[in-house]
Amino acid sequence: MMGSFQSLPDDHQYRALSQKTGFSLEQIRILHNRFKQLSQNEEVLRREDLKTIQDLESNPIRSQIVEAFFDQRNFQKDGVGSVQEISFEEFLTVLSYFRAPAHQITEEQREEIRRAKLRFLFNMHDTDNDGTITLEEYRHVVEELLSRSGALGRETAKGIADAAMLEVASISVGPMAPDEFYEGITFEHFLKILKGVEIETRMNIRFLNMDTTVLCK
Amino acid sequence: MFLVALPGFHLIPRISSIVPESCLLIVVGLLIGGLMKLVGEDPPVLKSDIFFLYLLPPIILDAGYFLPIRPFTENLGTILMFAVVGTLWNSFFIGGLLYGVCQLEGVHLAQVDLLSCLLFGSIISAVDPVAVLAVFEEIHINELLHILVFGESLLNDAVTVVLYHLFEEYSSVGTITVSDVFLGIVCFLVVSLGGIVVGAIYGLLAAFTSRFTSHTRVIEPLFVFVYSYMAYLSAEVFHLSGIMAHDQLSVLVQFDSRLIACGAVTRPYVEANISHKSHTTIKYFLKMWSSVSDTLIFIFLGVSTVAGPHRWNWTFVIVTVILCLVARVLGVVGLTFVINKFRIVKLTTKDQFIVAYGGLRGAIAFSLAYLLKPEHFPMRNMFLTAIITVIFFTVFVQGMTIRPLVDLLAVKKKQETKRSINEEIHTQFLDHLLTGIEDICGHYGHHHWKDKLNRFNKKYVKKCLIAGERSKEPQLIAFYHKMEMKQAIELVESGGGAKLPSALPSTVSMQCVFSRISSASATLKITCSSPVWKVPYEMSHTFRNIQPKKPAQDRALPQLSKAREEEIRKILRTNLQRTRQRLRSYNRHTLVADPYEDGWNEILIKRKKMIELEKKMNNYLTVPAPAPDSPTVTRARLASDPQAWGSKSVAESIPTIKVDLASPQSAETFSVMDESCKKTTKEEDPGLTMKVPAPASKDGKEKPAAESEEDKEPGLKLLRCLSDPGPAGAEEEDEPFLP
Repeated sequence: MMGSFQSLPDDHQYRALSQKTGFSLEQIRILHNRFKQLSQNEEVLRREDLKTIQDLESNPIRSQIVEAFFDQRNFQKDGVGSVQEISFEEFLTVLSYFRAPAHQITEEQREEIRRAKLRFLFNMHDTDNDGTITLEEYRHVVEELLSRSGALGRETAKGIADAAMLEVASISVGPMAPDEFYEGITFEHFLKILKGVEIETRMNIRFLNMDTTVLCK
Repeated sequence: MFLVALPGFHLIPRISSIVPESCLLIVVGLLIGGLMKLVGEDPPVLKSDIFFLYLLPPIILDAGYFLPIRPFTENLGTILMFAVVGTLWNSFFIGGLLYGVCQLEGVHLAQVDLLSCLLFGSIISAVDPVAVLAVFEEIHINELLHILVFGESLLNDAVTVVLYHLFEEYSSVGTITVSDVFLGIVCFLVVSLGGIVVGAIYGLLAAFTSRFTSHTRVIEPLFVFVYSYMAYLSAEVFHLSGIMAHDQLSVLVQFDSRLIACGAVTRPYVEANISHKSHTTIKYFLKMWSSVSDTLIFIFLGVSTVAGPHRWNWTFVIVTVILCLVARVLGVVGLTFVINKFRIVKLTTKDQFIVAYGGLRGAIAFSLAYLLKPEHFPMRNMFLTAIITVIFFTVFVQGMTIRPLVDLLAVKKKQETKRSINEEIHTQFLDHLLTGIEDICGHYGHHHWKDKLNRFNKKYVKKCLIAGERSKEPQLIAFYHKMEMKQAIELVESGGGAKLPSALPSTVSMQCVFSRISSASATLKITCSSPVWKVPYEMSHTFRNIQPKKPAQDRALPQLSKAREEEIRKILRTNLQRTRQRLRSYNRHTLVADPYEDGWNEILIKRKKMIELEKKMNNYLTVPAPAPDSPTVTRARLASDPQAWGSKSVAESIPTIKVDLASPQSAETFSVMDESCKKTTKEEDPGLTMKVPAPASKDGKEKPAAESEEDKEPGLKLLRCLSDPGPAGAEEEDEPFLP
């Protein structure tokens, strides 16, 4: 299967991918070029290949983004854990989470897309895959976000993460007795607290129909 | 007279739900004008120079300062399309078809030439920011639509003015050549872009100055206004094009773009520098000025209707009105079709309808028409009449019906809730995530450039313009601190924290501030004879709920920056002192010297306040009082243990407030902390100690037993983060785009 991705764009393979991920053939072709550029023409992509992208250096959550690409939970194949290398199909699958929803869709479809995108975000936070985002994990998220701000960032990060956690608890669980312990943010709670953010319209990037990757690093 | 009408208007909610304020103001103006005519006086007409030089700028400045930058820039392409192409389309469509109609046999309007018609078309096609603001502000529509229509109204007057000028100049000459058109376009670009640049420069100057005003807080608002005024004035100095050198209208365009740019650029930096009070001052001044202007404009419009020279021509007027509507609808639909190809979030039919329907005309069109010289335009009066009719039509008919239509069509409304800290975290997270994905995909998209701009801003611009260490503060932290500040203010202004109103549970750093000043406040309090300020209760129990089971000692208390801490401390102290002084004077000057009575009155007032507060808020964090210690022990503990909050000793020595709950305790009711709560068996922990839940649960089991002894159980409720904005933040604007 892998061998057929060799040098010439194989329309049949692309069509299967297009079915699965929803990208157009042209977009797949462009992304495949990018994949080959990153992986130096190999069949698989490794973490080091992604780390060569210069623009990614200044991104505070760079490592989490890279990890997301190697997280089997995002491959829509019921796998768990992380892998060391990914194929183009898996690369494309992860990117498909950032496609904009089509113009005319029903409410259920919109809700489904929203859940899928939020699931992606959730997986990014829930690094040990126990189904909940614990306080430690959430703190890590905030610390990474503020990692460019030095000492002030690290210390306030704890406070911010705690506050956020409390807020989730209060919204999801309501009043709690002092000895009750809030285990962590489950996916349902996560959905609830991000109800105000229109994920399905915001978590998108524009995928090109024309190849400009030759201009970029 | 309108002063009487206005409060009367607000007292009649039924009317105000149907009729937008602008309509009423016009009616008032009509009445005034009518009265004046009856009396025989000549009613004043809305002279164009008064309008453009004095009435319009405050509104524009207000709009620029409070412009929500993020949605504006995200939709800039769409807005520009509507403003430029839409206005052009409208002008030519209306002008051209009107000319065609005028040429018809039975109309007797053959003398209206093409150029006049086109000119008229350009005047009438401009969507008016004043009218749009007046109507849209009342219907609370969602942010996207609001910014689309409003942004269009702000930007399209440049186009209108250029067209107007082109047509006016050359109607006297008689012909237009291609080079003139080209020149016109160049003028437009130069004037508007030049205006924006100049405005931005002034804005940056204002920001720069504000960096150094930390010692002269009182005059901070003044700087902002002075710079804006200078931006506005210097239009006379920088003539950017020979053709438009001496024209009021070019001045208009320059003003607008300058003021908008100045306001929008200034705000994120100035707000970081100036004090809270200055910020409030600026906000209220701007709102006041723009409200006054707004009111005057509409009233004048009414008066001018009665006063102004009119020439009524049925055909012309009716055709104009119809053409305006048709042109607008066609324009919006056509443009959306094109625009949607480039947008990620497409505009639905509902959106298009609102955008089309929200295209209100207003006083700008009237003033532009008024400027026409009758020698060149014998039809001027007819134009004026038609324009007034269109304005009336749009403001009255469209203005009144838009609200029921919005409800009928179930258009998304503005989200009233404040941003919670989770949403803030995830917004930031999303920004970085999307930028990262764009980088991985290898194309320099929207997020990439935004990120680059942010980094540039952070690295260079902010360092220059923002004083002290706030320049390094990332947006998330700024947001967090802002909420804390608000919380501190709320806390104090609510007269002391028996409850923590709308508290963000984030106050870990608040804890440390409070603990540090608790010694100060404890002394203040103990010298007070009545309880006004109660140190808030420990937050430890809330954090216990989320802390994993581990010993507490390794939890470091986060440090607030010194400056921040000082600020919070100062606010709290000044407010404490104020209340304390109030108390003192109360005690000294009241007729009844009985201290008990004083205390009792205080308690009554407090109780009333509490009940009001209760009505406003939903969930509370109430924590059972810790065990009462001897005062000395507590004070010693306060001094030494930075994590303690003591209210115990004080609770003993000072009459406490008991508020009876109206209904039996339930999970949903609000309850006030009962400070004299005696059930404190388990509360030995002085601060953020995390007990292993086992002993806690043991205590918890004791609770039901102990409960029967207590009158009320102070339930443990968690606070909502989304809550009342508190006294200072009635309408909180968006976080500035530039972090």
